[in-house]
Amino acid sequence: MSTTVMTKDYRHTLSVLVKHNLNTFSRIIGIFSGKGFELESVTFASEAEPGMARITITTYGDEKTVEQINKHLHNVVDVLKVTDLTHKKCIERELAIIKVSTAKVGRPEIMLIAQAFKAKVIDITTDKLALEVTGNTDKVDAMIEVLKPYGIAEMSRSGSVALKREFQGAVNIN
Amino acid sequence: MDVPATLKPVEKPTSDAQSHSGAEILIKTLADLGVDTIFGYPGGAVLPVYDALFDNHDLKHVLVRHEQAGTHAADGYSRATGKPGVVLATSGPGGTNTVTGIATAMMDSIPLVVLTGQVPTSVIGNDAFQEADIVGITRPITKQNYLVRDVNNLESVLREAFHIATNGRPGPVLVDLPKDMLNTKARFKGTKHVDIPSFKPTIHGHQPQIAKAARMLSEAKKPLIYVGGGAILGEAWKEVTEFAERLNIPVTTTLMGLGAFPESKPQSLGMLGMHGTWYANMAMTECDVLLAVGARFDDRVTGRLNGFSQNSRKIHIDIDPSCIGKNVDVEVPIVGDVKRVIPAIDKLANPPEISEWWDTIHSWQKEHPLVVPEADDQIYPQHMIKMISEITDGNAIVVTDVGQHQMWAAQHYQYNHPRSWITSGGLGTMGFGFPAAIGAAMACPDRDVVCITGDGGFQMLTCELATAVEYKVPVKIAIMNNACLGMVRQWQQLFFDNRTSYSVFGSNNPDFVKMADAYGMIGMRATNPKEMKEVLQKAMAIKDAPVLMDFSVVKEENCYPMVPSGAALFEMVESDEECKR
Repeated sequence: MSTTVMTKDYRHTLSVLVKHNLNTFSRIIGIFSGKGFELESVTFASEAEPGMARITITTYGDEKTVEQINKHLHNVVDVLKVTDLTHKKCIERELAIIKVSTAKVGRPEIMLIAQAFKAKVIDITTDKLALEVTGNTDKVDAMIEVLKPYGIAEMSRSGSVALKREFQGAVNIN
Repeated sequence: MDVPATLKPVEKPTSDAQSHSGAEILIKTLADLGVDTIFGYPGGAVLPVYDALFDNHDLKHVLVRHEQAGTHAADGYSRATGKPGVVLATSGPGGTNTVTGIATAMMDSIPLVVLTGQVPTSVIGNDAFQEADIVGITRPITKQNYLVRDVNNLESVLREAFHIATNGRPGPVLVDLPKDMLNTKARFKGTKHVDIPSFKPTIHGHQPQIAKAARMLSEAKKPLIYVGGGAILGEAWKEVTEFAERLNIPVTTTLMGLGAFPESKPQSLGMLGMHGTWYANMAMTECDVLLAVGARFDDRVTGRLNGFSQNSRKIHIDIDPSCIGKNVDVEVPIVGDVKRVIPAIDKLANPPEISEWWDTIHSWQKEHPLVVPEADDQIYPQHMIKMISEITDGNAIVVTDVGQHQMWAAQHYQYNHPRSWITSGGLGTMGFGFPAAIGAAMACPDRDVVCITGDGGFQMLTCELATAVEYKVPVKIAIMNNACLGMVRQWQQLFFDNRTSYSVFGSNNPDFVKMADAYGMIGMRATNPKEMKEVLQKAMAIKDAPVLMDFSVVKEENCYPMVPSGAALFEMVESDEECKR
């Protein structure tokens, strides 16, 4: 996915409930490529309800742009619901697997960082550690920043998945 | 929007338990949906459908000579009637040839159902002969598209396709039909009800917004109504006309909205935009309350955005929410069907006190009228349009291609009826005019259909002369022949130092009259207004066959007023001299 980040604009997380078919998925991606909207990450998977799928999109843009994105998504025939989670209390998670070089500083220092981020060590070789981290995108970003100086050999991020919190009061149990 | 009357079931549901091939189900479903005409071209993958058509006499199949022309003809048929146009093409090149026609319909929101053959499901993806991923290719230019993978779904997919094409903001829908689906047997269900939970267009406007709009219009000092193609598609011309007349508010129409408000009425300011009238563009610039009705603030309408109608409070009615606030910020957005929203505003609005505004507009109209140059020895293009308007009494269906002739036809023909102006506005497709005119003429056998075209656009699909002759379609082709691509040449003259790069055909054009003769139809030529009048009168008297008229016009005439590219509406120019400055 494109990772061009327009810093002056706001990051939006959109949760889109659709009929499960690849044509619909392609139509939705096509809106972003065809109309020149930003797309940071996208996840697509089946919903609990058979025949349905949920697409979680993170995008960047000002309010007007994101409103247009919203409207265009709504215009796709097989889209049932679009929820912009940006200004709502939501539960958002992303998973990343990061292979870090231990050549410079040895394993303990890297493991200490992993511990601080509540990341798990899932593979160890002579010169690398593979870490699994989950959290909101900011947390994953932060951990990657901290690990960069040690040398990230490879990395895979899942993109965000998110849902609206049932309780919209001021509670944060992250 | 309710299902249009034309889509209402024509037969009683059949409880026929007998099984039919997919091809037969296709034909039965089309008939059940009230389709009477389809435009198509056969080929390997759709042969099962053609075989089913061989014995069918309820459905008229028009054999075009190119699939692109087929989509344009179906498009013209739809624009003239409001019914969805139906196209049938084979797989691969058959499908890809429909692409320009589909994109044309998409940009102008025309309901089309395009049926394409496909290679059998077992070989899809194997680069089989005449295989193309037409669903992938047409995804951005269709409202929805389908690949039928189970013959048991074929009927419901077709019903959905027609429902989606014609409801909400209309548009093209493509259904791709693998050959094995057309041969496999299934049951025809005849279930007419279509329910798509994810597709429920908003019809009724938001009442508080409607009340606010009515208040703003009643209190306006310089109001303007700006009517687009949505008023035609939504069949709201009567509502718009009554509303504007009762409130006595000036009305300007877009290229796509011509005919939605009669130009013979005193409230009409004609068309606005790049080649709009001076007074319409000035009214747009100066107005204080703007009511946009089924229009989308296209760049050809607005000109430079930061110079567009800066002092107006804007109300925008549109059935497609994504059209609202896209290019221009709007104070009162109303998502809904114009046919329902306009009467709702009408109920609450009072005629505003705007006599001063009318005085201003009348003085603009007096000082800057549209000019029709005339001469005895040569045909000015504007004169040609005016004469066609007079000879047809403003009652013909005018179909055009794209370019100078299109803009002159928009300016100088007086449009008093809806669905009487058919043009490719959004995509600007050259080659559209002639096949679309064939479709319109077949849809409306009682009306005169004049295809005003250029020597450039006409040459893009001249193969359709054979179709017009075969079906005795009484379309009157009026070629505005300036032996060049007039609008390209005009831009090159004005903005590229008159370097007419590849825009002049000169003597390399064919002899169009001989061409007509070769196809076995009548062709006539005129080089001066006297001849033009005779030719037009003769042509209009012919009611059972196509006629081609080749009018040699003044070559270097330019179309004005013109808002130069990048300029604001009020910076429009009215002559070559003014443009140089």
